[in-house]
Amino acid sequence: MPELPFPLPPLPTVAQVVFILIAVLAVIGSLMVVLARNLFHSALGLVAAFFGAAGVYIVAEAEFIGVSQVLVYVGAISTLITFAIMLTRGMMFGATSPRNRQSGTAAIITVLAFVVLAAVLQAIPWPQVGEPITDGQVIIAGLGYAFVNQYVVPFLLLAMLLLVALAGAIMLARDRK
Amino acid sequence: MVPLSWFLILGAFMFSSGLFAALGRRNAIAVLMGIELMLNAANINLVAFWRYGVTPMQNLDGQIFALFVIAVAAAEVAVGLALIISVYRNRRTVNLDDLDILKG
Repeated sequence: MPELPFPLPPLPTVAQVVFILIAVLAVIGSLMVVLARNLFHSALGLVAAFFGAAGVYIVAEAEFIGVSQVLVYVGAISTLITFAIMLTRGMMFGATSPRNRQSGTAAIITVLAFVVLAAVLQAIPWPQVGEPITDGQVIIAGLGYAFVNQYVVPFLLLAMLLLVALAGAIMLARDRK
Repeated sequence: MVPLSWFLILGAFMFSSGLFAALGRRNAIAVLMGIELMLNAANINLVAFWRYGVTPMQNLDGQIFALFVIAVAAAEVAVGLALIISVYRNRRTVNLDDLDILKG
């Protein structure tokens, strides 16, 4: 067998293949959000990106966050966004550009931000493996315990914030007649 | 196992596309979608740093922050969409190029 002039990269493991597939889903979804002319296609891309993020959480062994992501983002937020698109239909089928007047500057800033972030992230020697997680139930139990002990005040404030925000949303959106 | 940098690159990409949607799209709802993408990217980073940090079985702060972000994002999108619907009712448009009455 002839010797290769360069060492072959190591074959990806199963977890890495799964991560790549999920990341491709999330990237395609993000690009659809940004580039689609029809706002409904943007919303569909947003759902794909949310599912991709949920898959990333599951690959990172944060199952509770993944399930919360599917429930809150895919279940509630994308439904709300779809309702809002349907209620403000006037903009939806226009043949005009989906980008505003400052989109050229925005594109430059965005590409620069991504290039700088990617370069910095590549330059830092991040750890390749994390510490093993032996029991996922311990983590979920620990989350519940932390929310009623160390983080009880932020948790209650969060409950108040949700209540006030939803009541305020109803006040803002209702028909004043 | 997946290297940490893969998570961070994915997060950086989602953040950048969300940034472009927030700065460069013409429809206010698309801007809100971009903000949601950016919040998701931040969450991916929080969870990744939790997983690759010290003692992830005991130290759950990253996951707790991610849950707080999810809940606050839900409140934010409700208020944001209510504002958009209110603006649409008053001005009959959600085109951000037309909504410039605060411009001096």
